[in-house]
Amino acid sequence: MNIALHYEVQDLYARYARAVDDARFDDWLALFDTDCAYYVIPRENAQRGLELPIVRCRTRDMLTDRIVSLQQANIYNIHTDRHMVSNVTVCAEEADAVLAEADFVVFQTDVEGQSRLFGAGRYRTQLVRREGRLAIREQTAILDTAAVPTLMATPI
Amino acid sequence: MSQTAQRYTWPGDKLQHVPFGIFTDEQVYQEEQERIFRGRTWSYLCLEAEIPKPGDFKTLFVGDTPVVVDRAQDGSLHAFVNRCAHRGATVRREACGNAKEHVCCYHQWCYDLSGKLVGVPFKRGVKGRGGFPKEAMNEEIRLTPLRVESYRGAVFGTFCPDIEPLTDYLDPQFTAHLDRLLSRPVQLLGYQRQIIRGNWKLYCENVRDPYHGGLLHLFQVTFGLYRNTQEGGTRISALKGHNISYSVQGTDQIDAKSAHADVGTYREGFRLRCPELLAYQDEFQDRCGLSIMSVFPNAVFHQISNSLATRQIRTRGPHEFELYWTYYGYQDDSPEMREHRLDQANLAGPAGLVSMEDGEAIELVHRSIRGERQAHSFVAMGADEPIQTTSTLVSEIPIRGFWKQYTQTMGIEAGSAV
Repeated sequence: MNIALHYEVQDLYARYARAVDDARFDDWLALFDTDCAYYVIPRENAQRGLELPIVRCRTRDMLTDRIVSLQQANIYNIHTDRHMVSNVTVCAEEADAVLAEADFVVFQTDVEGQSRLFGAGRYRTQLVRREGRLAIREQTAILDTAAVPTLMATPI
Repeated sequence: MSQTAQRYTWPGDKLQHVPFGIFTDEQVYQEEQERIFRGRTWSYLCLEAEIPKPGDFKTLFVGDTPVVVDRAQDGSLHAFVNRCAHRGATVRREACGNAKEHVCCYHQWCYDLSGKLVGVPFKRGVKGRGGFPKEAMNEEIRLTPLRVESYRGAVFGTFCPDIEPLTDYLDPQFTAHLDRLLSRPVQLLGYQRQIIRGNWKLYCENVRDPYHGGLLHLFQVTFGLYRNTQEGGTRISALKGHNISYSVQGTDQIDAKSAHADVGTYREGFRLRCPELLAYQDEFQDRCGLSIMSVFPNAVFHQISNSLATRQIRTRGPHEFELYWTYYGYQDDSPEMREHRLDQANLAGPAGLVSMEDGEAIELVHRSIRGERQAHSFVAMGADEPIQTTSTLVSEIPIRGFWKQYTQTMGIEAGSAV
């Protein structure tokens, strides 16, 4: 096992989770490659071979539109997210490309201070090495939690 | 007459004040299950495209009653309560699948695809001892059936034995709209699901509220997908509970910018990097880029640009409901159109750029009315007009239409003038 790579991937997931949970969405976006994609898909759909996602950003511009909308346009529940990322696994490594997976749970705390499970699932992450550091080429969050509580505004 | 629901007052005679207690009262909720969801209504079940082959089945909820809908070997559609006639266990545990029969795992009672009981292990006991008395088993012991009808591949079911046929219930304006949406063979794209912590009727109001569409949802306003200043309106059914809100793109009669001077969600400078996400290909050749059709009590058929979906309201007690969105396209869609529809899944659903605000709006209302038993909401916009088809989007007429059919179905005396 390549311990250095494993640590590097784990650190990337940690920075990803921290950025979202601290609502630093520009920092979160900066973890992605210039050529990137971000998807959220319910596991129900994926298992049945149905392509329909909850969020579908095929390009960096689409992902940027999502973030700008979140910051400037959409009205959503006042909340704090808390991501727990675990079982980080490096599945494949080839030249500058890495395929990794990790499991996640997200707790959401509302304006009255009550925390509830928001969702559980697995990340499937394609990474690419650019100038020595890993960047996210494609992130897919496969959600076990089929029914989203209330709404999904912030990325998972 | 409804005993509990009658406790609440409906000031005025045009349903312009709705008692908040009706949304949060546990006993009202129980009466709604009986009189509305298991009563004189047709509930939307699924699309035929979800169960195309013999043996295909799907589980769902009508109100909070668990239901299986399936297709028998002869192609006929059936629906029944997903509860074993023996001891009440859930018979079909999976969300969907294909089966020759439905077997309850608890004691292996077996039902055919029409819900008829066809097998009971050790029915006559062992060696002449035990088993059921002969006279105890009869044809009535089966899965409780719903009457099922399909219009253009949209499948509806009812528990009411003598309700009018589905096409009469839907009303010609609404079958015409289904003709528009479902004229080509449907291709299922997938599901989105959402749990909202609010009463189901708040959502029924929300989808019958064209006034909010151009105020709460910045995306629609700013990008012209839907504006209160556009040509549009609402069509209302004879029984008042169904409605279609629609708007026609590029038809703002007055300058949208000046009309929205006091609307915080209208942002002149906001631009998308990928505006093609919102592009509407005029596939129905009527320039109608947005139409939201609500069918009393549990269904919505939406067209938001080229995003097409049905929404099923599944009640989960007075304080929570699930929204079950089924997205579809057409089998003859080009690869580009299929991609476009998948992209436009970004617009609706729980993370919808256009629609996510609704989940928040409903919870904001529910949270603040939960303990209230006296006060009323104020839905008087357009109250000087009858509840009928109207050509303005600045109106609460469709909301009062919902309450008209609701109070009539519940046996509540209210709104004598409408």
